[in-house]
Amino acid sequence: MESTINAAAERIRAAGAGPARPARDPVNLPMIRNWLEAIGDRNPRYEQDGLAPPAMTQVWTMRGLHPAVEPADPLSAMSAVLDQAGFTSVVATNCEQTYHRYLRDGERVEVRSRLVDVSGPKRTALGEGWFVTTDSTWYVGAEAVASMTFRVLKFRPSGSAAAPPTSERASAPVSGPASAATSERVSAPVSGPASAASDRDPDPASDVLRPVVTRDTAFFWTGTAAGELRIQRCGGCGQLRHPPGPVCRQCGADRKDHLVARGTGEVFSFVVHHHPPVPGRRLPIVVALVELTEGVRMVGEVLGVDPAQVRIGAAVQVDFVRVDAELTLPAWRLLS
Amino acid sequence: MISGRAAIVGIGETEFSKDSGRSELQLAVESVRAALADAGLAPTDVDGVVTFTMDSTAEIALAREIGAGELRFFSQVGYGGGAACATVQQAALAISAGMARVVVCYRALNERSGRRFGRVSRDVSSASTSSGVDNGWHYPMGLGTPAATVAMAARRYQHVFGATGEDFGRVAVAARRHAATNPRAWFFGRPITLVDHQASRWIAEPLRLLDCCQESDGAVAVVVAGVEHAADLRQTPAVIAAAAQGSGADQYIMTSYYRDNLTGLPELGVVGRQLWEQSGLVPDDVRVAMLYDHFTPYVLMQLEELGFCPPGEARHFIADGAIELGGRLPVNPHGGQLGEAYIHGMNGIVEAVRQVRGSSVNQVAGAGPVLVTAGTGVPTSGLLLALPGRGRVVP
Repeated sequence: MESTINAAAERIRAAGAGPARPARDPVNLPMIRNWLEAIGDRNPRYEQDGLAPPAMTQVWTMRGLHPAVEPADPLSAMSAVLDQAGFTSVVATNCEQTYHRYLRDGERVEVRSRLVDVSGPKRTALGEGWFVTTDSTWYVGAEAVASMTFRVLKFRPSGSAAAPPTSERASAPVSGPASAATSERVSAPVSGPASAASDRDPDPASDVLRPVVTRDTAFFWTGTAAGELRIQRCGGCGQLRHPPGPVCRQCGADRKDHLVARGTGEVFSFVVHHHPPVPGRRLPIVVALVELTEGVRMVGEVLGVDPAQVRIGAAVQVDFVRVDAELTLPAWRLLS
Repeated sequence: MISGRAAIVGIGETEFSKDSGRSELQLAVESVRAALADAGLAPTDVDGVVTFTMDSTAEIALAREIGAGELRFFSQVGYGGGAACATVQQAALAISAGMARVVVCYRALNERSGRRFGRVSRDVSSASTSSGVDNGWHYPMGLGTPAATVAMAARRYQHVFGATGEDFGRVAVAARRHAATNPRAWFFGRPITLVDHQASRWIAEPLRLLDCCQESDGAVAVVVAGVEHAADLRQTPAVIAAAAQGSGADQYIMTSYYRDNLTGLPELGVVGRQLWEQSGLVPDDVRVAMLYDHFTPYVLMQLEELGFCPPGEARHFIADGAIELGGRLPVNPHGGQLGEAYIHGMNGIVEAVRQVRGSSVNQVAGAGPVLVTAGTGVPTSGLLLALPGRGRVVP
């Protein structure tokens, strides 16, 4: 198999640059404005001078939502060979772009790519795979305006045997049968927005870190599974506390009780977690320390929110994320 | 009182790297042998050993592999980097109580090439201990890295006191400036600017990459002996003018989120009050400070908690370069864990000893005492080290 892959790589490499792929539209201000807004770049110069942000270079030659197969494209050709050999999943690992000048409103660009290198098989954390490197150059007429070195890892997902290609795996490498059980919202005591399922990671539920549950804490987790956010209340003095413990810290009584919280509170502080990976979640995520209306604090993920919208003091409402039959996590949603 | 009874008489380090290429046990042995040689002592002189509960090398393995004989005192201190100065405190307690004569303290880790602490640890979150139960209130919710746990407090600190990411960045800039002139530092010759800091990627907002310390392989050891014994040894002793541990009310490991506010480090306040009380010193006496710098915001909070400035004002305190070489209170002239290496705070103790001896590559002039702190956000510890006769020892 290695020799087949190497032979194909050599053939595609020797063929040099593939056919030029012209942009669907000329460089244009509407697209530039959309891009600047999406990125949050307020530099007025682009619009004033009719210049395109250099980092948009690739945008002009994107193939649209439903691209046709382009067998003559070197990366497509090499990917097809690796798909056939069972290396069906793909992850981009490197992208270095060089901009020779600004593109101007109205210019028509085209891109040509060539295969530079194929190395493997390599053992990676994702699975065994091959690194495929291509060089692309963008032209306006004969003038090169930008270039890019792009590297992907085509890999066989860990845990899958040397199997025939499955397009399902290629498109969603981490998804599997277990994902059907992942994260569905079971209840929201007060009205809440739509299902949490779409916000959550396709990782198997088994990846989510699980709490160590003891006799002191089981009531809380039984509560979340039933759609109740339970706060420990001392059966002696009535003191509320979270996280819970075995005996009241105020009066020393061992009379365990709890109340069901209203499920409302305010963000006391929050984190937007970008790195490193968190099992069972797609980053970034917002995790907040919420001060409940009842006065205790509790950590939970804020679901379905643009991180830029979250503020200390923001009102939140509880939601519940069912991981599986044994674990339901409390989480939060911003109110209005 | 513990003050003035014992001294650090030897220091030893391996090189600091990203891939040591040898076992943690070997690193431990190398650093301890180096520290003993520095002190002019032999392995057979050692009768006490202290390390971190997180260290993979047991006291007996260390003693066995350096060729020591019988041990009379051995112990481990918990809570991650919070243990650093407490290892020396344990040694000083054992020596002043007559339980041991020569105690080595060490920390050896392949933290970059081996287990990386910055990752989410399934083992930590699933431990069937009280700490494992505590972690159940945070890890499953997606809050499972040291940076993220610090970021939660840092955001609140910004909100309450108006501190900014640039204020955090100035701590990193100072550390990297110092590391740039320390050949032992990983970032030797590689200073950064505030612009570099602000351009570095988010790790856990409001923390950026350059707010986070390095990941390192390496080992550090120190040798502790009584002050009378120290007088006969090779090096100028770094006398332990004070040594303290501290845990705050409602203490958790990195997630003490249930106190009235999140803007201080009460556990370090416990340490600071003891350091000043034991030594009779005040913050103004301190010539140079080694503040544990796994994440920049906690350096600001330490300055406040130790009394170098009022709560919330550290950003003003550091704004004019006060914590850089030549400033009012140089912090971490070796580059700290941001710039030199992450050896769980033990390399800060070694730099403090060099500053007492006058042998640092980034020496701070003067003969005043040197402060060292250990891991923050966890139960922690601290030291004040001084030249013989230079601590204002309380009788």
